[in-house]
Amino acid sequence: MARLRYVITLVLACADAASGWPAQAQAPEKLPVVATFSILADFAHNVGGERIEVTALVGPDGDTHVYQPKPADAKELGAARLILANGLGLEGWIDRLIKASGAKAPVIVTTKGISPQQMREEGRIGPDPHAWQSIANAKIYVANIRDALITVDPGGVSVYRANANNYLGKLDVLEKDVTAEIAKIPPGRRQIITTHDAFGYFGTAYGFRFIAPEGVSTETEASARDVAKIIRQIKAQNIPAVFLENVTDPRLVRSIAAESGAKIGGTLYSDALSSPDGPAGSYIEMMRNNIWELSAALAQ
Amino acid sequence: MQLHDLFIAPFAEFAFMRRALVGSLALAIAGPPLGVFLILRRMALTGDAMAHAILPGAALGYLAAGLSLGPMTIGGLAAGLIVAVGSGVVARTTILREDASLAAFYLISLALGVTIVSLRGSNIDLLHVLFGSVLALDDATLILLAAIASVTLIALAALYRPLVLETIDAGFLASVSRSGGVVQIMFLVLVVLNLVGGFQALGTLLAVGMMMLPAASARLITDDMTLMIAAASVLGMLAGYAGLIVSFHAGLPSGPLIILVAGLIYLLALIFGPAGGLLRRLKPGRHLEA
Repeated sequence: MARLRYVITLVLACADAASGWPAQAQAPEKLPVVATFSILADFAHNVGGERIEVTALVGPDGDTHVYQPKPADAKELGAARLILANGLGLEGWIDRLIKASGAKAPVIVTTKGISPQQMREEGRIGPDPHAWQSIANAKIYVANIRDALITVDPGGVSVYRANANNYLGKLDVLEKDVTAEIAKIPPGRRQIITTHDAFGYFGTAYGFRFIAPEGVSTETEASARDVAKIIRQIKAQNIPAVFLENVTDPRLVRSIAAESGAKIGGTLYSDALSSPDGPAGSYIEMMRNNIWELSAALAQ
Repeated sequence: MQLHDLFIAPFAEFAFMRRALVGSLALAIAGPPLGVFLILRRMALTGDAMAHAILPGAALGYLAAGLSLGPMTIGGLAAGLIVAVGSGVVARTTILREDASLAAFYLISLALGVTIVSLRGSNIDLLHVLFGSVLALDDATLILLAAIASVTLIALAALYRPLVLETIDAGFLASVSRSGGVVQIMFLVLVVLNLVGGFQALGTLLAVGMMMLPAASARLITDDMTLMIAAASVLGMLAGYAGLIVSFHAGLPSGPLIILVAGLIYLLALIFGPAGGLLRRLKPGRHLEA
């Protein structure tokens, strides 16, 4: 089973890589930067602007937890001047991939300075990698990326500073809006079920409880016992809504909602952005989409 | 009280468990009898091949309409039928035997399926198609499973005599009737139908397990064709029920557990089976001595 999954992912990955080729052949004078997934790439794009060319190893709607490296990624990494990773155990594959690709660029862990929360994964307690779900943390990401870009490309220092300040300003506005939206939701209703346990930081920052029917990794399959527990919990605690996500099985959530009487919310984006023309094409759009969906389902 | 908690309470308390049970029972009614015929015709691996052949159709349906029941079922059905009928026709008109022509067709179909899947950027949803979700059966899926089980039973009843004849002595059937080819193809159509139903609940890979494992166990338990078909169905239902119970209490994924229980039953039949199990083979003929 696992093997077939691997083979399929590989094949898909190769097809992906082939289609992505021509676009990257142009604009050689830009600083090549590789980010491990779409949200980091969005931060980098906002700070680097026109001076850099960002590639995300795991693109929109991809699942960073179960990503399988592909040959083109090694090539990308080999050519990169800067590699941005999330750390906190999100990209278990990155060290091997960097070794295999012979990349010489510095690898910057963009969560440096963020105090990690703990989460339970398959019975073990470990750091929760989804730190970007708190906007305060997003600002730390941005600062780290700005400093890394300045170190690698000192000539662009003024551009990077200006871009970063501009973007940090946008994040301030976003944070105010999010807090204001949440204030409208009665505190007793600020709890929901999602398919993917990725909102720990969001929950702490904005006073939400997110309960997940699956563990942190999207690779684990839900058992009948897990589903039963969740349904009991929804009924016992009067949880008003269940949310789908862009990376796990929507049918399971529909089945839970149908049985427990909870409302089905829209799609929350957690680990990956949507395609650029989707509802969560950038980090800011993602956070706005999520908070809008939450208040639509929970406000009375 | 405790037995009630263990064996009945999960289904009494949760609708999703009842749905999963009904789905597995529907699969077990129709799939294993087909498996019995596949085994007796020495086509045990055909089910696996057909399961792979369904992929491009399901993928096309998925590409057109996303993760939705109708298009994926119709697509899977169409792809499976093309491969089943195509390989049957090739086997009867050219020098290639059935296994070779089926292998050729299903490999082409599988390659096509993976290519089609790759046209869609995200690969996550399709994994759920491949591995199914017996805990998330909705009304439409249950109706589909029940309909497939009913159609299969009726068709099997209608085809029973020529199918048994074709299975046991194809030459004789050919000498008295020309229905052999039609029977063969209709039988493969039923196999495809059941695999398409099974992949909604168990995924394309495990659906074959529900068809073949109870059938293989039944073959080890009895030599009587009618009994064998009944036993296969009963064992399939047992596996479905026990797999869900174990999954519920042990907190393990349900689809694989159902197939594992079926596998356990098979191992037991392999050792203790009165019709050709290991113990029987080690002490042959003892029943004749007394």
